[in-house]
Amino acid sequence: MTSDRIFGGVGLALAAFFIWQATQIELGFSSDPLGPRSFPIIIGGVMALACIYPLVKPDPEADWPALGRLLEIALAVAVLIAYALALPVVGFVLATAVAAGILSWRLGSRPTGAALAGVGISVGIYVVFHLVLGLSLARGPWGF
Amino acid sequence: MDALASLMDGFAVALTWQNLGLALLGCFLGTIIGAMPGLGPSNGVAILIPVAFTLGLPATPAIILLTSVYYGAMYGGRISSILLNIPGDEPAMMTTLDGYPMARQGKAGEALALSGVASFVGAFFATWGLVFLAPLLVKVALLFGPAEYFALFLLAFATLGGIASRNQAKAAIAAAIGLGIAMIGVDGQTGVPRFTFDNVHLFDGIDFLVAIVGLFALSEVFIFLEHRGEGEGAGKAKTDLGRITVPLKTLKETSGTMTRGTIIGFIAGVLPGAGASLGSFVAYTLEKRFVDRKGTFGKGDPRGVAAPEAGNNAAAGGALVPMLALGVPGSGTTAVLLAMLLALNITPGPLLFQSNPDVVWGLIAALFIGNIMLLALNIPMVGVFVRVLQVPPRILMPAVAMISAVGIYGISGSSFDLLVMVGFGVLGWVLRKLDVPLVPIILGVLLGNMMEANLRRALTISNGDWSILWSSPLTIGLWFVAIVGFVLPMVAGRFFRVSRHHTAAEEGADPD
Repeated sequence: MTSDRIFGGVGLALAAFFIWQATQIELGFSSDPLGPRSFPIIIGGVMALACIYPLVKPDPEADWPALGRLLEIALAVAVLIAYALALPVVGFVLATAVAAGILSWRLGSRPTGAALAGVGISVGIYVVFHLVLGLSLARGPWGF
Repeated sequence: MDALASLMDGFAVALTWQNLGLALLGCFLGTIIGAMPGLGPSNGVAILIPVAFTLGLPATPAIILLTSVYYGAMYGGRISSILLNIPGDEPAMMTTLDGYPMARQGKAGEALALSGVASFVGAFFATWGLVFLAPLLVKVALLFGPAEYFALFLLAFATLGGIASRNQAKAAIAAAIGLGIAMIGVDGQTGVPRFTFDNVHLFDGIDFLVAIVGLFALSEVFIFLEHRGEGEGAGKAKTDLGRITVPLKTLKETSGTMTRGTIIGFIAGVLPGAGASLGSFVAYTLEKRFVDRKGTFGKGDPRGVAAPEAGNNAAAGGALVPMLALGVPGSGTTAVLLAMLLALNITPGPLLFQSNPDVVWGLIAALFIGNIMLLALNIPMVGVFVRVLQVPPRILMPAVAMISAVGIYGISGSSFDLLVMVGFGVLGWVLRKLDVPLVPIILGVLLGNMMEANLRRALTISNGDWSILWSSPLTIGLWFVAIVGFVLPMVAGRFFRVSRHHTAAEEGADPD
């Protein structure tokens, strides 16, 4: 119930913001009859209309995980963000081994197993994608 | 028989060592992807697209690789359905109903072999259907102007939202989200930036591959994190399969079932928005209704294995028809395949058959070849895939996340795209929890710019008169089908809705 109401509300706000942004698009000197603003405004309109439904008639409450599991997901997101930022700095192999290791640990591996899985995944991908297939991966200070 | 001549040319394209090798690799990977619970055709193909793309494969080999994965995943899904009672992907859901009971009776090998044959029959005849139906559809599509195309895109969204989801409003929201994302970037016609917030990274728009990999593959990782420790039975697959053959008698008994399953599945696949899950569902349900006189369905009836497998593989072939001939995908995975073609600068649709016949017919020929490879891989060698099933999610899922990242980073070499991918992963997870379908988002991101371009072109032709959108018989027909496809399931769709609700309870389920 509540989730759908929040979803509808957020969607409505997003649609309003989208339409407002669309009206801010600058128009060129010459344009086709429709111009660059109209289609986004139509999309925003459809979105706003459709968002009314979950507000008025929400589905049964979604099955949200307990707080602990939400934190797990937040941690995974943090790991992936850190991974994205660290990749160009420390290179593919180290960043991937650490990130995959942490994910594997949180998915239920024992610490040693997780470390092995992380290194295995990282080296495995490096060998298959870089050495065999020739894909360019992020280079770290050590060249890998 | 133009089609047959073109098909022969296609075989000439497909029968190179490189293409045969890629087809074999694709079939093998596809079967693994299909067999793994949690990895299905659409996220499997989604992960591999950026990889194939950054490898610099030319168009034909790349599309051969990925459609082989697609066909392979349809075969592979049945393995864990039968052995573990866990569908390897959503289209294989119905196969659990009779496949698992057969395995419990010690007939696992027979069920695997029979379902392999049924998959082959479904895919084989559906590929023939593709050969003959696609050129016909192309002839119609050549009459399409911008207004017709706009209506066609609308039809795709409408039927997808109407048939494939339980809540039309949520499907419409999803479509609007996708279309809105597509609007980000510099406007193709006037050159003004839209929704870029002065961020240089956004000027080129959001790469649809980033969106697809995030929404499908990464959200799956989050789902697994959430459900860690629940129902961890994947390690207990029986490796003792018994004889992997089907008695001739059983084959004879199920031939009618396979034929009906193939026809129903193919039709379900061609309809925009339906896809393989619906194909197998309808094939099973109708078969149960009409031939199950003794009430043996659900207790290990071989026909209950043959019907959904013929149905989902036939639907997989059928879904390629609108994707190739019209550029409008009929299912989630074909939407992902469309993304692949667009990334290679190939726009599917009627012109593709004229300008790049080698791609189309090479692909179709490769499907025939791949199908034979799959039959060979999936009956004698099924034991190999059973071993693969024992890789636990705690190792598989990090690998999925990392391979996704490799592909995305390979395209642009920028951390920004990776961050966007993570954002889409979170969005995908939240939307899945809220029961919002993801496929309309992908369709919106993919088709948004073309839809807008056609709308603006149509209105330029008519000098701003909106009635051009519904002034030709073709457009009226398309609007009619679109409205019926969207509204009818609301009124009369309890038949599908009730039964499919059960399948959606599986959040891990991958859209086909």
